[in-house]
Amino acid sequence: MAAISQIIQNGSVAGAAAPRRAAPRRRRWPEPGRLASRILALRWIALALIIVGWFVYYPIIDNFLVSTTNQDIFTGEVMHVGLENYRRLADDPVVLTALWNNTAYALLSILFQVFGAFCLASIVEGLRSSRWRNFWRAVYFVPSAISTTVTGLLFYFIYQPNIGILDGLLTGLGLEQWSRIWLGDESTAIYAIIAMSQWQGFGYSTLLFTIAIQKIPRELYDAARMDGAGPLRQLWNITFPLTREMTGMMIIVTITGAFQVFNEVMVMTGGGPNNSSQVLGTWLYQQGFIQNDMGYAAAIASVVFAVTMLAASAQLWFTRRRRVQA
Amino acid sequence: MMTVSSRSFWGGMSQAFLWALLLSVGVIVVYPLLWMALGGFKSNSQIFEQPFALPLQWSFANYLSAWRGVQGYMVSSLLITAVSTVTTVFISAWAAFGLTRTPMPAKPLVTAIVLGGMMLSPTVALVPLVRMLQSLGLYDTHWALIILYTAFRVPFTTFLIRAYMLDLPRDLDEAAMMDGASPGQIFRRIILPLCRPIIMSCIVLHILFAWNEYLFAMIFTNNPSVQTLPVGLTSMMSKQGTDFAQVFAAMTISALPIVIIFFLTQRYFIRGLTEGIGK
Repeated sequence: MAAISQIIQNGSVAGAAAPRRAAPRRRRWPEPGRLASRILALRWIALALIIVGWFVYYPIIDNFLVSTTNQDIFTGEVMHVGLENYRRLADDPVVLTALWNNTAYALLSILFQVFGAFCLASIVEGLRSSRWRNFWRAVYFVPSAISTTVTGLLFYFIYQPNIGILDGLLTGLGLEQWSRIWLGDESTAIYAIIAMSQWQGFGYSTLLFTIAIQKIPRELYDAARMDGAGPLRQLWNITFPLTREMTGMMIIVTITGAFQVFNEVMVMTGGGPNNSSQVLGTWLYQQGFIQNDMGYAAAIASVVFAVTMLAASAQLWFTRRRRVQA
Repeated sequence: MMTVSSRSFWGGMSQAFLWALLLSVGVIVVYPLLWMALGGFKSNSQIFEQPFALPLQWSFANYLSAWRGVQGYMVSSLLITAVSTVTTVFISAWAAFGLTRTPMPAKPLVTAIVLGGMMLSPTVALVPLVRMLQSLGLYDTHWALIILYTAFRVPFTTFLIRAYMLDLPRDLDEAAMMDGASPGQIFRRIILPLCRPIIMSCIVLHILFAWNEYLFAMIFTNNPSVQTLPVGLTSMMSKQGTDFAQVFAAMTISALPIVIIFFLTQRYFIRGLTEGIGK
């Protein structure tokens, strides 16, 4: 769910920067010059500013300070080590594994949760009965409403060799040679986790795409049909270009989410076996909260920050370009 | 768009194919969840021997003992979800009102600061937050999670309510002001009631978030009497990981409320998303 709420959060960032309808803005209060009343108006926002500044912004700044220190576990003494923790990052093979795993997470999620969901959404929206449209949308969404802890545990069981249904299913299909200890095998662990994530998340993006498709004027399809365009042509020439903004935004949101993955990996493998399924989030946890190396953990957090900021600026650039075009 | 005339043979074929596709995706989604719920009825040995079979007897024994195991966590989850929903929605509604309806100074800057919080991720704030909450004496209390859930959700919730308030006609509150109403009265009597639809969606979205959150809950709580359901489930798993039937029942119990809430409030939820992805 953390990833999902992140998608909801980020999904809206583009909306924030999106052009509003150009209604003429009138001044709210007739006499705006009164300094006292303007200052007094700040009371509406004060609580939001305090709580967000204190618990969201300040820790991010503090994180950079922590990342330049090392604390001795025994004496509690804090030493300033400059960029030493960042140098360690470059030499840490697990960081490389984690970066690759996060990237694989991003790529496969884009494939399934953006393009797969787009196709599924256009099929669902193509149904004539609105009752069925709502039905499928809702059914596909259900896993997204459930906590990642529950779905992670559920798939932990599904992947188990003795009680799990995946190997049983493969045996039933005559594919016994495919079955393996999915989460215990270094080459499959992270992909098994990613597969669970797709199962959980695609319904959410399908829902978002159906909303985007509903906003396309019906007349366009009628006109295309009159010109003799078949369903696939309509999909390619109308639906796809007109939901391009949504697609672009979803790609960026998916990347941001993929670099913040934590819960599913933690629940299903804890980063194992042999650190093969570590992602940046779980490695940060391992270093900071198990090894008590807060300085190094903060340096890993900075990497997450850099990637998410890159994605966020891509998102701003994306929406700004759209505004210029509009 | 798949409005292929179903009278033609190929049209019928492709319709059948599309339905088969929708149906099989549906089965892939629903079957694991059903397996989980049914597993809660089975005996431990049946889970091993017949993973695909229906339960031999429909006994609620596992569910009852699982319920006893999770009810403490359930109380924490309910409390933290309820309180943080109220604080988030109120703080956000005030902020949105301030940003759209008052002569606040430096409005673009303030808007950017509050909404910009949406881009900052909990993972990055984790390490400093540990020390901060410890020094505030909030570590391992319900308040730690209530405050963090509020802080990290206010930007998004403010964003949704602000977008809605911007679209409300200004004539109403202008007229009220002429009649001498104070900003506080305009907020309580006019704007807040008009915002009810978006506030409903914000409530649903926040409940979904707070009920399922794991990262903060795992790091900032330690005592079982403070821990929420997601954390409780994992510790239950490590303690009685061999009693699979009971773990299945506990998982089902913790997923059920949120699935029910989703189906009951789908309408608001979808509206919230529609608002959220811009117009």
